[in-house]
Amino acid sequence: MTRPVQLAIALLALAAIPLFGPPDYVLHLLITAMLTAIAGTGWAMMGRFGLVSFGHGAFFGVGAYTMALLWNLYGVTPWLGIPLGIVVAIIAGVMLGWPCFRLRVVGHYFALVTLAAGEIVRILMTALRESTGGSLGMTPNRVPVGEGLLAMQFGKAGFWWLTLACWAGGLLVWWLLDRSMSSKALAAIAEDEDAAASIGIRVTQEKLKITILSVALAALAGALTAQYRMYLSPESVSGLGISLQIVFGAIAGGMYAPLGPTIGAVLTIGLDESLRVFFGTELTGAAPFFYGILLVMFMLFLPRGIAGLLERKG
Amino acid sequence: MDPFLLEALLNGVLLGGVFALPALGLNLVFGVVDVVWLCYAELVMIGMYAVWFLYTQAGWPLALACAACLPLVAGLGLALHWLVVRPLLNAPPINQVLATGGVLFVLQGAATLVFKTDFRSLGVDMPPMELGDVFISGTKLIAFVAALVGAGCLWAFLKFTYVGTAIRAIARDREVMPLMGVDPRRIYLIASGVGGTLAGLAACLLVVQLDVHPFVGLSFGPITFMICVMGGLGNMLGGFIAAFLMGLIISVGGFVGNTEMSYVIAFGFFILVMFVRPQGLFAR
Repeated sequence: MTRPVQLAIALLALAAIPLFGPPDYVLHLLITAMLTAIAGTGWAMMGRFGLVSFGHGAFFGVGAYTMALLWNLYGVTPWLGIPLGIVVAIIAGVMLGWPCFRLRVVGHYFALVTLAAGEIVRILMTALRESTGGSLGMTPNRVPVGEGLLAMQFGKAGFWWLTLACWAGGLLVWWLLDRSMSSKALAAIAEDEDAAASIGIRVTQEKLKITILSVALAALAGALTAQYRMYLSPESVSGLGISLQIVFGAIAGGMYAPLGPTIGAVLTIGLDESLRVFFGTELTGAAPFFYGILLVMFMLFLPRGIAGLLERKG
Repeated sequence: MDPFLLEALLNGVLLGGVFALPALGLNLVFGVVDVVWLCYAELVMIGMYAVWFLYTQAGWPLALACAACLPLVAGLGLALHWLVVRPLLNAPPINQVLATGGVLFVLQGAATLVFKTDFRSLGVDMPPMELGDVFISGTKLIAFVAALVGAGCLWAFLKFTYVGTAIRAIARDREVMPLMGVDPRRIYLIASGVGGTLAGLAACLLVVQLDVHPFVGLSFGPITFMICVMGGLGNMLGGFIAAFLMGLIISVGGFVGNTEMSYVIAFGFFILVMFVRPQGLFAR
């Protein structure tokens, strides 16, 4: 069997999960993990080339809020609202990325600029409370049962297929990118920007391309997450906390392998849930505490993540 | 001059004094060790809890609680360097930043586990002082003076002691200094300890003005990083001026518009500065 066939079978097997009537809870976990995986995959596309963004929460949130505001204020269906949210996020990403790349803001400085941009977006979401509901958050308007398809309000099985398709799309983009000249160019840029520029690589253009892809995936994940939960607030879809969570998933799984961020997402959601099950909601601090320790451990002993471990053995 | 504008200006200066201390500490660590402590504001948060606990729960006098907070947070800084930063000194910058980001989660989680998410207040307040037409909060003024004294001590330490000279030299050129007989590992450790002490001092000053909760670090952490970078790494005076600049932007912006928008303006200003002068506003 060739590799594409194997992958198609794996994808079909995943798609068939709802047909076996799993408990709602299991499906909920799977959807949540998949949504995290989409955002993590997007982040890792930039992260693996040394473009460390602490502002992906902003794009996650921009996707979510654009979609929800269009639906609540103008009745634009999320099927159109989500692509529009992605477009808005891309515009924001280019507005931030272009001057950054052009003026060679790199390394720590790039990370801090994205952090500042992320905070700006989070504060704006709170400040524009007349339409966004401020820090109380907002809920997309519900439609009567039976008309859910157009409003993208359907059961867990439908959402599972939708997220699965988006996730597969994200991986496809990664795969195509890996086979393009752009990934070679970006690897060279990450190694030495001056040397890369001197052999004719268009540094700004290449970086912008990867930023657009990365930001689009983050916005997609954000909009889907908001639509799935039917609730969004500045803290739950944006800000430094969300940015770091996206980063953590991608790092723990391994950002250099296409499936790494997905492994990381399954790990973080699994960790989150098992901590909640074992400790209950009483010990709310336990989850970030263990996250943090794991993150430090990964950096110290396993900087390429779990996928890096598999790669060395395989 | 409009007394309200004057009050906003004065408050901006006072706010700048509060931002200045953590920004100086971060600047010291960033400039000397070349690692961003993403969890710096969370060290301050732990210090704030320490003062709150010793003062309100254990019944210590406030001055003693503050005095105990300094070595505690300094110790945390040393532990952070020893356990997390030192093994990663030769790792890519992203790994260093993310590891300290992990410590951020650990400290937030630990604070939530121990103290829950309630807002804790010290309950200390002083009557506002009247200067002409203008009212100034007494606690803010004291915090401001203490920040100035702290910054002065740091300046004297860096300028007049042998170790301070070595620290400044390492920040200038980390390749050459080891050849001159300076052990960078020792200097890194000392800088981390001093950075921690400054975080402890900042905690003492902040805990009288802000309620402490596990996520309080997120409210002043990002702006601290920005001040530190804006001033220029290793440039203490620049960082100090940048702190007042940011304080003024936020305070006067809050007077003209509202506080949220003034933070947006401050962050936007930072991004612009990074585009125009990435080496910092006051880089030599």
